[in-house]
Order: sequence, then structure tokens, then C-alpha cells
Amino acid sequence: MAAQMRRLVWPLLVLVALLAANAVASPGFFAVTVKGGRLYGSLVDILHFGAPLLLIALGMTVVIALRGIDLSVGAVVAVSGAVACEIIVAAGDPSSPGTVAGAVGTALALSVLLGLWNGFLAAVLRIQPIVATLILMVAGRGLAQLITDGQITTVTSEPYRRIAAGSLAAVPYTVLMAAVTVLVMWLALRRTALGLFVEAVGGNAEAARLAGIRATGLSVAAYAFCGLCAGLAGIIISANTGSADGNNAGLWIELDAILAVVIGGTLLTGGRFSIAGTVLGAVIVQTLSTTVYTMGVPPESALVFKAVVVFVVCLLQSPRFRAQVAAPFRRGGPPVPAGGAGPPAPEEEDGAMPTATGDGRPDPREVRR
Amino acid sequence: MNKALSTTAAAVALTAAATACGSGGGGQGGGDDTIVLGFSQVGAESGWRTANTESIKAAAEEAGIELKFSDAQQQQENQIQAIRSFIQQDVDVIAFSPVVESGWDTVLAEARNAGIPVVLTDRAVETDQEDVYETFLGSDFVEEGRNAGRYVVEEFADSDEDVNIVELQGTTGSAPAIDRKEGFAEVIGEDDKFEIVASQDGDFTRAGGQEVMQAFLGSHDDIDVLYAHNDDMALGAIESIEAAGLEPGEDIKIVSVDGIKDAFQAMADGKINQVVECNPLIGPQLMDLVEQVHAGEEVPERVEVEEGVFGQDQAEEELPNREY
Repeated sequence: MAAQMRRLVWPLLVLVALLAANAVASPGFFAVTVKGGRLYGSLVDILHFGAPLLLIALGMTVVIALRGIDLSVGAVVAVSGAVACEIIVAAGDPSSPGTVAGAVGTALALSVLLGLWNGFLAAVLRIQPIVATLILMVAGRGLAQLITDGQITTVTSEPYRRIAAGSLAAVPYTVLMAAVTVLVMWLALRRTALGLFVEAVGGNAEAARLAGIRATGLSVAAYAFCGLCAGLAGIIISANTGSADGNNAGLWIELDAILAVVIGGTLLTGGRFSIAGTVLGAVIVQTLSTTVYTMGVPPESALVFKAVVVFVVCLLQSPRFRAQVAAPFRRGGPPVPAGGAGPPAPEEEDGAMPTATGDGRPDPREVRR
Repeated sequence: MNKALSTTAAAVALTAAATACGSGGGGQGGGDDTIVLGFSQVGAESGWRTANTESIKAAAEEAGIELKFSDAQQQQENQIQAIRSFIQQDVDVIAFSPVVESGWDTVLAEARNAGIPVVLTDRAVETDQEDVYETFLGSDFVEEGRNAGRYVVEEFADSDEDVNIVELQGTTGSAPAIDRKEGFAEVIGEDDKFEIVASQDGDFTRAGGQEVMQAFLGSHDDIDVLYAHNDDMALGAIESIEAAGLEPGEDIKIVSVDGIKDAFQAMADGKINQVVECNPLIGPQLMDLVEQVHAGEEVPERVEVEEGVFGQDQAEEELPNREY
């Protein structure tokens, strides 16, 4: 646990720096007030607009921890929003809570189905996850366009809008949904054996299977969970503007989600994952967008600006880079191994790494996969 | 398999050619008065485009012009193929909305050599050759920006105080975003009291407009005007303005470009002040041009689409007429 905390120090510092820069550019940045019975302010905006990304990144974390990846989440976002809006528009009474509940339920159920489909391709048929989910990434967006007939569907339904605009005790529902998902995930993965199973399968699926863990079932469930998260994000995004945009909703959000997961310290090679890290990663990615708008970075240079910040985060997370930079300032300490020969810095590698092979050597079976 | 396919394709092409001869009277040879127009559309990527297609189909029927319609599905190859097949079928006039700007020299020269006049719609092409197309019918994005600017200048004509404007740009680098920004800046630049305090990319989407506007509201507390490069971004921004406890259309004046139905609804509700139309309904104008070109009349090299500017007082009345 302590090791995990230490890994998160650097992204946390970057987040603090970003927030500080915002506060300099716009003095009222940290001000949070209550408007219309709901918290209001830039920090609330970051959490509110970041909620869909966070939800998707959480689903992605589990999938990545199991050595998978899900490129289709953006398409699922579009499908989910499209299905919900079309059902509401077609219903006789768009403003009845029953209609909205039915529409949201159908959209979420379909999202889980799409997730199961991904899981079936990737975990059961063993198609490379990047290829398996690429199919739905392309086909799903086509499906969303088909559902909305290529148009932007606008809904005027008060209960549907409340999903995004409503609040409980002044906290926006969107933020609450994200918080509850984090809590449920933390309980399920860190307070039961499920998290150990995930790390074991992600570290070495074959060894985990021999130890009696149902690796395939776990992977399928992870993809289904990721689909559910993407579906929920799709509902939020569509409820935000009261419309479904099959062409643009959730476009490229899969890349932001993967970025958030990686910034948070989850290994793309599977095994080690961090829920707190993913939350931090998603907040950083969203804060980056807000920073661009608040500081008035010209749109032409916005992408470069974002890239530089992400680059800095990645550099700071590299123990070797930190050692190199720190070396001249370290008095009397042992020389820092600069080449490829030295052992990796221990604090980075302990902790959650599953010890499936016991002695730390890579399992030959792992190489074959 | 391949052979079967190509045989089928050839058969289809033959049938098409036969139909063309049968009904159209065959291009320049025809004393028959039905004009045959081959039109290649970009695709069906947006509601705007769909309305564009519908308008052309309806206007052709109205004008008694036989329309051969082909959808390029955003691929230049498809479009070049469609134009070649129009040439083979010897249609009277070819019109198309180019998917991209460059790479048209060869096929346009083929059309010229076959003596078939070409009309471009919606977007222009880059070419070194002369006389490969008769005319270009399309929107003037810069003028749309100017129209938006003129509204702002007029609205605040009596004000002595500074006017703070925020701008939601379209997708960075796209032609409408560049031109609408330029036209707007040109008009408001004539008076020092107008200042664009923030201008960011809202990606032409509602979600983008909403998020960027929310950030603008957080960092600027004295916004007078919002200028959005399209209606969707303005609609998204309205959500943010309302969430901030402000009244869109009152506390912050809103002007946007396109003229979609939802924007007219918002204008009728008093939430948008001015909509500058970017008109996809070019069918009737196109058919006039086609008839003129076919008759060998001189046409201007560039024809602008008739576009309106609508205020709140016209919104209610105009709403039922909006087709997109």
C-alpha cells in the first residue's frame, strides 16, 4: 500500500501544479459556491465533466489489469446515448420517470451485452484484444449512426436531463455515480479475493488457471463491466446536452481512458493495477482540458500543451529518469546505475506484483503468449 | 468469384448506359428537352448533408431534370468513379460536391474533353487547369462570419462600455472554422470597444460547446456576447450559461451559424439572439445553373448560396420552414 502511495506522488504533484497554474490565471478558480441547490465552480466542473472519463477509465483498469484492452468504449458511449434518446423520443410520454428508467435500463443492458461480446471474442475465442475490440469500435459507431439515422436526436425530458443536471445534497449526480463506482470497485477488488484473482490472471493467466482460478470467466466479466461503465458514461454525456450525437459522442475517449489508466500506474502488461491511480489519472486528463480553456492556450497549440504535460508525468514516473536527474545533487551516496545493468529501483517494483513465478524470473510461458 | 463480380459490374454499367440513352436522349446529340444531370454527393455524414441531398433531389424533380445520384461515402475514389461513369453515360451536366480539394485534374479534363460541363457545389477544388469547371455554387463562410459580426456591432451600437466576446471555434483547421473566425474578427475589429476575451475549440459539437463555455464562465465573469461557429456548440453553451444561473439571450447575447431546427427553437424561446444561416437547400439554385450551363449561357465563376440572417422576431414564423 505504501509503495502504491509513493508511485502516485509524482502524478499528484503534476495535478497540484496544474491546479496552481489555473489559480494564477483565474483567481476565482478554487471558489466553490452553491447555485440552484447545486455546487458550482471550476473544481466541480472538472469532476462533473470528468465523470464519464473516470467511469470508462475504471472499467478499462480492470480490463487492462487482465492483460486486455478495450478500444470500443467510445462506440459503446455513442450506442448507449443513442438507444436511450431514441426510446425516450419514441415514447408517448417522454417526461415520465418510468419511460426514462426503461430507456436507461435498456441502454445499459445493451452496453453490458456489447461488453460480453468483446469478452467472448477476446477471452473465449482468444482473438487479440486490440483487434477484437477494434471490431466493435468501428461497427458500434456505425450502429449508433444507424440508430439516430445520422442525425443529432434531441430529447426534451426533464427526468432524463436531471441525470446530468440534478444533485443530491448539492453534489451533482454525475460525481456521485463516479464516486459510488469507485467505492464498489474498491470494495470488490481490495476487500475480497477478487482483486488477487485479477492480479494473478493478469500476471500469468496459465499459472492462475492451474491454481484453480477461472481466468476466462473473469476476463469476460471484466469486459462486461467495462461495457457497463461505458454505457453509463454514454448516458451521462447524452443527458448533459439532452441529445444523442452518434457521430461525435465519446469520440477518442478510449485513448483518454487508456492514458488515465497508464498515468495512474496500472501496467499495460497486466497484473498490477491501481484504482486510486486511475482516479488521479482521469482527474489529471480532465484538468488538462480545463487548463487549456482557463489559461487561454490557443487551440492550435492545445494538443502540444497536453502532450508536454503528459510527457512530464511519464518522465517523472520513470525511476531511471529521476535517478539521472537527482544524481548530481546526491552527496556521498552510492553512484546511481545509469546503464541498463543495474537492478530496478526497488520501491517501484514491490507491492502489488503477483508472485506467480516465485523467484521473480519471467515465466517462460509468459513469453510465449 | 472475381470474374463473376466484374461480369455483374459490367452488366450493371451496360444497363445503366442503356437507360441513360433511352430516357435522356443522350447528351449533346439530344434535341430532346430533358436534361440529364449526374450528381455525386460527398456522403450522408450530417443532418446538414442529408438536407442538402433531399433539396437537390426535390428540385431536380420539380425542374423536370433527370437526376443520376451517386453517394461517394466520403471516398474520393468513389467520386472519381462516379464522374467517369457519368461521362460514359454521356449525361448533359455533371455536378459534384468534392470530398477533398485536390486530385481532380485528370477526371475534370476527361469531362471537358467529352464536352460535358461541370458544376461544383459546396466546396471548391484546387486545379492548375483552366475551364475545367463552369461554376462553383457554395456558401461563403467568411461572409457568414461577417454577418455574425454585424449583428454584434448593431446590437451594441449604443453602448459606450467595452463589449467582452467569447468565441467557440469549430474544429481547429477546418475551413468553416478558419473563415468564420476571420470574417467575424474583420467586422468587430473596426471598433476598439469589442474584444474577444477567449476563443477556444469546441469541435462543432454540443458536448464541446458546453464544456468550453463552462470553463469560460469560470475564468471570465463579465461575458457580454457568445459567438459560436455552429448552432450545436451554441446549444451546448446554453446549458452551461443556465447552470451558471445566467439567462442565455439576456445576460449573454448569443449569435451562431448554420440555422438548424433546434437553434430556431432555442431562438423562439429567447435563448439565442441571432442565427446566421448556412443554407444546404441549394437544389433550386443548382437546377437554375444546370439549365443555364446546358443552354450554353455565360454563368459567373462563383455563385453564392442565398443565405438569410434570422433574429428572434422571425424565429417563431420561420420554425415550421426549417427542414434540417
